[in-house]
Amino acid sequence: MDKKSEYWLDQPGNIKLLIRITMVISAGLLFADLLYEKHPKVAVEYWFGFYGFYGFICFCAIVLAGKYLRKIVMRDEDYYERGTKDE
Amino acid sequence: MSDLLLFNPGLILILGALPLPFLPLALRRIYVMALPVITFAYVLGLDAGASQTLSYFGYELEVLRVDRLSLVWAYVFSIAACLGVLYSLHQDDRLQDTTAVIYAGSGLGAVFAGDMITLFVFWELTAISSVFLIWANRNERAYRAGMRYLIIQIASGVILLAGVLLWINQTGSIAFNAIGIESLAGKLIFIAFGIKCAFPLLHNWLQDAYPEATATGTVMLSVFTTKLAVYALARGYAGTDILIYIGVTMTAFPIFFAVIENNLRKVLAYSLNNQLGFMVVGIGIGSELSLNGTAAHAFVHILYKALLFMSMGAVLHRTGTTKATELGGLYKSMPFTTVFCTIGAMSISAFPLFSGFIAKGMVLTAAAGEGYWGVWLVLVMASAGVMEHSGIKIPYFAFFAHDSGKRPKEAPLNMLLAMGITAFLSIFLGVYPDPLYDILPYPVDFAPYTIAHVITQLQLLMFSVLAFIFLIKSGLYPDEIPSTNLDFDVIYRRFAPKVIQNIGRSIATVDTGFRKSALELIGGIMRWVERTHGQNGILAKTSTAGVMIAWVVSLLVVYLVFYFIG
Repeated sequence: MDKKSEYWLDQPGNIKLLIRITMVISAGLLFADLLYEKHPKVAVEYWFGFYGFYGFICFCAIVLAGKYLRKIVMRDEDYYERGTKDE
Repeated sequence: MSDLLLFNPGLILILGALPLPFLPLALRRIYVMALPVITFAYVLGLDAGASQTLSYFGYELEVLRVDRLSLVWAYVFSIAACLGVLYSLHQDDRLQDTTAVIYAGSGLGAVFAGDMITLFVFWELTAISSVFLIWANRNERAYRAGMRYLIIQIASGVILLAGVLLWINQTGSIAFNAIGIESLAGKLIFIAFGIKCAFPLLHNWLQDAYPEATATGTVMLSVFTTKLAVYALARGYAGTDILIYIGVTMTAFPIFFAVIENNLRKVLAYSLNNQLGFMVVGIGIGSELSLNGTAAHAFVHILYKALLFMSMGAVLHRTGTTKATELGGLYKSMPFTTVFCTIGAMSISAFPLFSGFIAKGMVLTAAAGEGYWGVWLVLVMASAGVMEHSGIKIPYFAFFAHDSGKRPKEAPLNMLLAMGITAFLSIFLGVYPDPLYDILPYPVDFAPYTIAHVITQLQLLMFSVLAFIFLIKSGLYPDEIPSTNLDFDVIYRRFAPKVIQNIGRSIATVDTGFRKSALELIGGIMRWVERTHGQNGILAKTSTAGVMIAWVVSLLVVYLVFYFIG
């Protein structure tokens, strides 16, 4: 299992580091919203951090909606193949 | 270019492909690579305004029409043909080599068609040639998927033909220009284009067939058919309002299916459907900015989508699967493919400095600028969706995530080369979009790299990454599960056959019952005849003369009795 350490991404500490970097960049981008003059075409673009929050919410909504969609549409992997054999 | 040398460059590929099956492998490789390169060189030499017409049964066919709209598609089609052929050079398959080149030629030929009859011929040829890229897998599953694909593609062609004939009858013109959906002919042609463009409910051939094609075949498929349809819509239906709503639906619904799909090539097929939506919205808005946006998006999309399919093709080639549940950790042994896939993922997600960024903003800006703010909101949501399924899911589950323990070899050199060039183009156009902006149909008045564009787009994407981290860490992100997810295809793969089978069964039951009763009836009659006329039947008895006389006498007696009484 020595091999594991060969890969930078296999060390949990490095994953944490990447997550922290992502959070710092995101916070920086949110802050940057205050630093430039906006010329929006849609009113909501005036809102502070609209794109960030909207992106976060949409992303979560899409994934969670997908989970519910599974309840309706998910079947066994061989759903269609089975159909062709028994008919 | 001299008029004598003018012809439809699709023919270089189509006619050039004919000797391919007869060449030995080494020569075939050189020849098949030369064909799209020569085609690209020829297309580069064409100037807007060039045209060639042929007289055919009293019709003036414009077999070559070069203008700024057709040129955008022609450039990217011929570049993609070069890359697609390079990507498949390692394989020794005469069938695929030949049909892939004919398919590319048909797509290119259709883009240059100036009249509807020429368009129809190339349109059908794309269907017939491309199905072999699915069948080339040479198994039962691929055969069935190919048949379904072919039936739907040919249906599109037949509807197109019906529409074209009506159109010619009504207008007397065969020219392929603005059509509009007012007339029946216009509606039929619209539906024919819509099938190939994977409109909602007409879309499922795409997700059904593309993941069943060969590793190299899907790359070619992803380029031509659907983008030809986008071109045809842009030519015939620019500014048709309904396209805005069709397009916005296309951007939205596939992202939910992409979240739960386990087969990563199928995820890419859903993603392709979503990308077409952005282009269709651009056509529907119909302004110069939005049509430029559609053309630019088609151009960069063909490249990064091909790149993503190439990276998944490399994974399929090396591991035999693209199922997320069976992959993970491949970056350890396929580092170059990982990098190229990530570049494709960042391009499609429209990170600044990647090609998606300089194109997608146009359609979004056009939608917001024309006051379609509801549409705009959905498009921004769909952009977060793109980040989810193509930006994160594809590279994450194939190359990172849970280590599958698989350590496949890096992709073959030709695949790496094709991916490398495509990745380079995706970054090059992202950093320096001017060469693309210069060839767009209308003058470009759009600056992608404003502070606002860059910051807002980065916010959207980075917060999507945060959302992903949050969902993974909290255990809310759905696990990948080997499964089949029902989509609209269940209607024609399950329900319709069931209904037809049930109708068949009912007819069979009635029929059997009817035959049985009829047989019983006939049997009854036969038995009765047997009884009366059979060997001992009353009517078959032979009687002696004495008995006969006795009967005659008795009848006479009865007659006399009645006579006297009366």
